[in-house]
Amino acid sequence: MTLSARFRPRGGLSLWLGAVLVAALIAAALLSLIWTPYPPTAIDIPHKLAPPSAAHWFGTDNLGRDVASQILVGSRVSILVGVIAVGIGLAFGIVLGLIAAFSKGLVEDGLMKLSDFVFAFPALLLAIMLTSTFGPGVVNAIIAIGIYNVPIIAKLTRATANGVLSREYALAARAAGRGSIAIAIDHVLPNIAPALIVQATIQFAIAILAEAALSYLGLGAQPPETSWGKMLADAQNVLYNAPRLALYPGIAIALSVLGLNLLGDGLRDALDPKLRARS
Amino acid sequence: MLLEVSELAVDVATRRGFQRVVDRTSFSIAEGEGLGMVGESGSGKTMTALALMGLTPEGARVSGSIRFEGRELVGLEEDAMRQLRGDRIAMIFQEPMTALNPLRRVGAQVAEPLMLHRALSKREALARAVQLLEHVRLAEPERAARSYPFALSGGERQRAMIAMAIGCSPRLVIADEPTTALDVTVQARILALIDGLRSESKMAIVLVSHDLAVIAGHCDRVIVMYAGVIMESGPVEAVLREPRNPYTLALLEARPGPGAPRGARLKTIPAAPAVAQGNSEGCPFAGRCALTIDICRKVTPPEVAFGAGHISRCHRAGEVGLAR
Repeated sequence: MTLSARFRPRGGLSLWLGAVLVAALIAAALLSLIWTPYPPTAIDIPHKLAPPSAAHWFGTDNLGRDVASQILVGSRVSILVGVIAVGIGLAFGIVLGLIAAFSKGLVEDGLMKLSDFVFAFPALLLAIMLTSTFGPGVVNAIIAIGIYNVPIIAKLTRATANGVLSREYALAARAAGRGSIAIAIDHVLPNIAPALIVQATIQFAIAILAEAALSYLGLGAQPPETSWGKMLADAQNVLYNAPRLALYPGIAIALSVLGLNLLGDGLRDALDPKLRARS
Repeated sequence: MLLEVSELAVDVATRRGFQRVVDRTSFSIAEGEGLGMVGESGSGKTMTALALMGLTPEGARVSGSIRFEGRELVGLEEDAMRQLRGDRIAMIFQEPMTALNPLRRVGAQVAEPLMLHRALSKREALARAVQLLEHVRLAEPERAARSYPFALSGGERQRAMIAMAIGCSPRLVIADEPTTALDVTVQARILALIDGLRSESKMAIVLVSHDLAVIAGHCDRVIVMYAGVIMESGPVEAVLREPRNPYTLALLEARPGPGAPRGARLKTIPAAPAVAQGNSEGCPFAGRCALTIDICRKVTPPEVAFGAGHISRCHRAGEVGLAR
């Protein structure tokens, strides 16, 4: 009781702040599907580099495109990248991690060595290798980031699943005649879900950063696609004339990543079974 | 015979190759019989129990023979073994805190083997689970079924574990230290419950414990294990009243008892327990035994019978206890 009371406010604050920021990100993405102040790619040279005003909240860029509209559309790209890249990581990572945990011996060793091998490449290097092989673009960037996520999730799944399998209730389930797949679904997954959820939010934030970096390097979003990373790259050309152009996407990225990290932190506290059992 | 184990040996894989943890173990259990297994930690009693369930750790080698209801279990395919587990043979675990999944309702966990082995629908199985919880005398069985394990006390959880084990009316229940984690009054009630279930359904039970008093009160026969080997076995009365093995005697003497003078030290067995030795010659207890003579270190002691199934594996079995 006292423990949960002591931890509640801290977990609560970051949980709520994170949830609000992430909700704002999602709201922006949903809004961009039905409405943006201007078409995000509409070029309007006469009004280029306009300062913020009632007509253009965040001003316009070096081609006269409305920055606010681009930020809105960029949020959509970030969410898409995060959801699919983390989805790829979870789908393959959980299956591989569970196979490793249940099989033991050579299969487990082999899978983990393979994970180490993929893990050894810096995320960006892996993405650069893939996008330079298969061509730049958001889709290939997403796949590259997804592949980077697989070993991380696989290792976490294996480690936490091994923890669950060493508990007596896993042995008790086997003593009741249950098979490995049933035990994995009914006993292992629910017990490792909190750890996976927390890790997924962190990987989501990393995916947004990675996409921004790739687009900044010209390996992600290609014209006429836009993304926050690409906006940063475009802003670089006019950095001395209009530094605010780098500021807006930068702030958007920072707030999204901050929100996801706070959410992950808050969820970690909220989902901790030890705290929950005492409440 | 319900269960006949002969020359059972278990080797577990370690970093330095295989280590024999159960050796030359033979015993049998009749329908409805209560068999106690005692020994120090690491004596092989839990590993023997797991071998009966076919749940030895990954990479362990099991040899010898385990015949259950006339069927050989050593080498049986996993699929066939799984049909037996939870249905014909069930197990009760030591830690009621960790033997129930904290994230699933108690009722669903008790219902699990029923859905698996009796092909009951979820609704039928849950209804039966409530009956079972009532049968193990859990107060408010419906509320307990809807609860998560953390909401139950240790004793209640252990009752739920027992309900889970007896759901399919198994012929053999293996209880591995079922009351060690409970306080003494709860322990007495849980053991009384197990006794009652045994006499009403004629299921046999293997009670693994390090507590001689528990074995004495709740079993028909007892096996005393040390370093993976059965040192002595026989009817509880005979073995505990007139032990014919120095190890059994030492265990009995190491118990605290009423009437001991205040401040008196408990008798202990010198030195640390031996690890199982595999096929090496000699008696595993020779290093700690008060009666050790030369032959004990060189020759594996034979089984010496004392009538009525009372067997001791000791070179000086005839002299044990006479000195008392």
